Amino acid sequence: MGNYFTFPDLLIWLPLLAAVFCFIAKTEKNAKTTAMLFSLVILAVSVSTLFFANDTKYINYNYVNYVWLKYLGANYFIGLDGLGRLLTLLSALGFPLIFLATSKSNFKNPAKFYGLMMLTQAGLMGVFMAFDALTFYFFWELALIPVYFLSSQWGGEKRIQATFKFFVYTFAGSLLMLIGIIYVYLHTDARVFGDGTISAHSFSLSSFYSASLSPDEQNGLFVLFFLAFAIKMPIFPFHTWQPEAYDQSPTAVTMVLSGIMVKMGLFGVIRWLIPIFPAVSPELKNGVIFLSVISIVYASCVAMMQDNIKRLVAYSSIAHIGLMCAAIFAMDQISIQGVMLQMFNHGINIIGMWIVVDIIERKTGAKKISQLSGLAASAPVLTILFLIIAFANIALPLTNAFTGEFLMFSGLYNYNKWMAAIAGIGIIISAVYTLNMVQKVFYGSVNAVTKEVNDVSLNEKMALIIIVCLIFFIGIYPQPLIDLTKDAVNNLLLRIK
Amino acid sequence: MNAIILSAVWGVVMMFCGVFIKSKSLPKYIAVAGLSIIIIVNIIELISGNSCFHFQTNDMIRTNSFNLLFITIALGCTLIYFLLSGSEIEKVGPHVGEYFALIFFVLCGVAIAATFNTLLMLFIGIEIISIPLYILTGSDKRNLKSNEAALKYFLMGAFSTGILLMGIAFIYGGNPNASFYIDKIQIGMGEMPVMIAVGLLFILVAMSFKVSAAPFHFWTPDVYDGAPTVFTSFMSTIVKVAGFFAFIRLFEYSFGVIQDQWQRLIVVITIATLLIGNITAVFQQSVKRMMAYSSIAQAGFMLLALFALNDKAKEGILLYSAAYSLATIGFFGILTKMEDYTIDGFNGLAKEQPLLGFAATIFLLSLTGIPLTAGFQSKFFMLMAAVQNGHQFWLVIAAVLFAAISAYYYFRVIQAIYFKEATQPVTQANSVTTPFKIMLVVIVALILIIGIYPEIIIGWMYR
Repeated sequence: MGNYFTFPDLLIWLPLLAAVFCFIAKTEKNAKTTAMLFSLVILAVSVSTLFFANDTKYINYNYVNYVWLKYLGANYFIGLDGLGRLLTLLSALGFPLIFLATSKSNFKNPAKFYGLMMLTQAGLMGVFMAFDALTFYFFWELALIPVYFLSSQWGGEKRIQATFKFFVYTFAGSLLMLIGIIYVYLHTDARVFGDGTISAHSFSLSSFYSASLSPDEQNGLFVLFFLAFAIKMPIFPFHTWQPEAYDQSPTAVTMVLSGIMVKMGLFGVIRWLIPIFPAVSPELKNGVIFLSVISIVYASCVAMMQDNIKRLVAYSSIAHIGLMCAAIFAMDQISIQGVMLQMFNHGINIIGMWIVVDIIERKTGAKKISQLSGLAASAPVLTILFLIIAFANIALPLTNAFTGEFLMFSGLYNYNKWMAAIAGIGIIISAVYTLNMVQKVFYGSVNAVTKEVNDVSLNEKMALIIIVCLIFFIGIYPQPLIDLTKDAVNNLLLRIK
Repeated sequence: MNAIILSAVWGVVMMFCGVFIKSKSLPKYIAVAGLSIIIIVNIIELISGNSCFHFQTNDMIRTNSFNLLFITIALGCTLIYFLLSGSEIEKVGPHVGEYFALIFFVLCGVAIAATFNTLLMLFIGIEIISIPLYILTGSDKRNLKSNEAALKYFLMGAFSTGILLMGIAFIYGGNPNASFYIDKIQIGMGEMPVMIAVGLLFILVAMSFKVSAAPFHFWTPDVYDGAPTVFTSFMSTIVKVAGFFAFIRLFEYSFGVIQDQWQRLIVVITIATLLIGNITAVFQQSVKRMMAYSSIAQAGFMLLALFALNDKAKEGILLYSAAYSLATIGFFGILTKMEDYTIDGFNGLAKEQPLLGFAATIFLLSLTGIPLTAGFQSKFFMLMAAVQNGHQFWLVIAAVLFAAISAYYYFRVIQAIYFKEATQPVTQANSVTTPFKIMLVVIVALILIIGIYPEIIIGWMYR
């Protein structure tokens, strides 16, 4: 197998192929089926990569390396390591779930919609697998373009402005990162290719790791890279694009954005930022943690005040991402392990949240918490499933998020007690607003809006049940995920020490 | 050498065509045939290094793979321009043959400006480029705006040519070698002699004028807006990059050793150009005028090559020439088919003409500099050159922030194309023909190929 095609190849080309088929599909049903089928195949491929994780045996299966721009020292180099496997699995799992849950929504131009969705998946897969800086940058931008078109074409009323703000923010960030990449590139060693030709510098990840940079340069470049990742995550004060974009995008795209795309920022920090600049000053690290903690508390407070359900979920997502970012920069083995786990969990949970929000909005037409009341009476199954997802969102024991947040907090506590304590306030507030929403929307007396609502349809039920099962499974037995990313954590720690 | 002579000869041929051929569409085919021959002969010269013509030029013209490659790119872009917009040229007025003749003369000037080895040849090259352009700008004789643009362009252009000539005279006077050759201008490493300094400043001003760098850009929007759209397309692409090429060639050979003394001036000009081009483009309602300001903004990015003046900068300027010309020619080609030149005029283009909408989007993405398009590679090389130069790192950061601003106005057009509804017919009835569509596909394909594999262009330099 490794000689003919490899896992990274499949994970890039299958979505691209699916996109082509979707674009030429004539009917809505065809486009939908193609997207669904292909995303299931991709999920199957992604799951099977887990069984070929042994690099000494299966290295040919897991890495693809073509010479691309010989003269610059850039290769098309993609591959799967533990971290890549985790995140490609997340995006391979996310897309079928999204298609399943939104199969009832009717999109204008369905062929284009599903085609662009599959293009997005290809871009995301590329980001998570790139081992060459130029390849990484290409995919990083390419994941953005289809999302821009998706959100601007199928979103809410103010979609064009909201999406454009999102685009300009991230575009500016990635251009700054591009300068950083160029600067590091010009300080790398020569690259020798298989046929003996030599380029003066190299874009490969390993030569980026060994680039000779003075501590001052590292600090400056750290800021350039971090801006790109911080905007993508987003971290306070770069988060202003996010609630609007989540609110205005079609829900399927919001799920991609919040469930999978924000992980690009965290992934960038783990794969690129910290290992390339290990000698960055402690002040900068503290600064980042400080911003993250502000993110947590601020976003939680804003979420508590929200009446709009979508915005509430959006702000709650900022708080969760802030915690993950802080935990990475605590640079403790436990906390980084927790981040790995939580990246996956957060992706699943937030997609679940959005599915429920979408169902509520579609069935009642209401966007505000204050308009809703007593949904539990008319939709009991939805209520139970949502309750579990809500519990996972506030990280109750037995749910998946508990393990992750516990690990992250203990790492953060080792780093600085006060920071951990302040971040903890955010978690308490998250319980307040989540449960408050559950109580107001689902319980209480039935009102005119919620009276006529019928319960979830089969597709939505299936998607939610899968999510709930995953929540419990990982909550009770997180070991497989921890094993999966052990090597990534150790590599990262080796670079820091 | 081939390109210079053949394009001048073919210009004369086209003039006679204008006299003897009554058919309106025939000159286009003759022009395409002639240009194809010139390109082939030029590529042969690029590969073998031998010219078909041997004249005693006293080394006033010097070719190497770098400038021959540039000429090939310029000629190739012109060919694409003929094929895409040739039928629009026929619509400008009755003198079709003459329009093509003038364009061939401009190409002759481009070839001279790319290969000059003395200051005199530089002057001649720039003038041969400029004079036909004055005529082309005013070729829509009944249109007041076109007349105004031509007059304005001529007056300003003549003035700047005067300054260029004066600068050349100062350099000659201040040169102890008493030589016009660009590599024999002797300047010590210490402080510049006054004559040289004044001459350099004058030449800098005149060349900045020619490439419409701020603060010498004031003619650009009016001229580009007033000229017939097909000729704006030619002026703002091939002619402009030729000016840049001459600019860089001159400053590399003549003043390269004292780069640290004039580099700061370039920094100021670059920042001013980026600022004025990008910020003003944001406020335009007419797409044609917006493209004029966007061409100023793109000039700001090309100035980074002059700032850096290293190998990457040379490769970058080649890529930029190709990427910028292709995207702009393609976009102007679509613009000529539009009913209404305002941004609202683009509303709903994708619905009425899906292919045109898609192609326009790719062109605009390329101008913005999104990966996978040629525009990204060219900006990438420019940034790399500027970072490698090592001075004034903040200039690079400012440049990319302006690039982010440029996304604003390019994407406004994309938004109109895809996300807004048309209220009236978007394109002129029956104007979009099948050959036009095929050419658009070709240009899109070229942009994507260069975007993925830029060595297809710069690889030729190192044969």
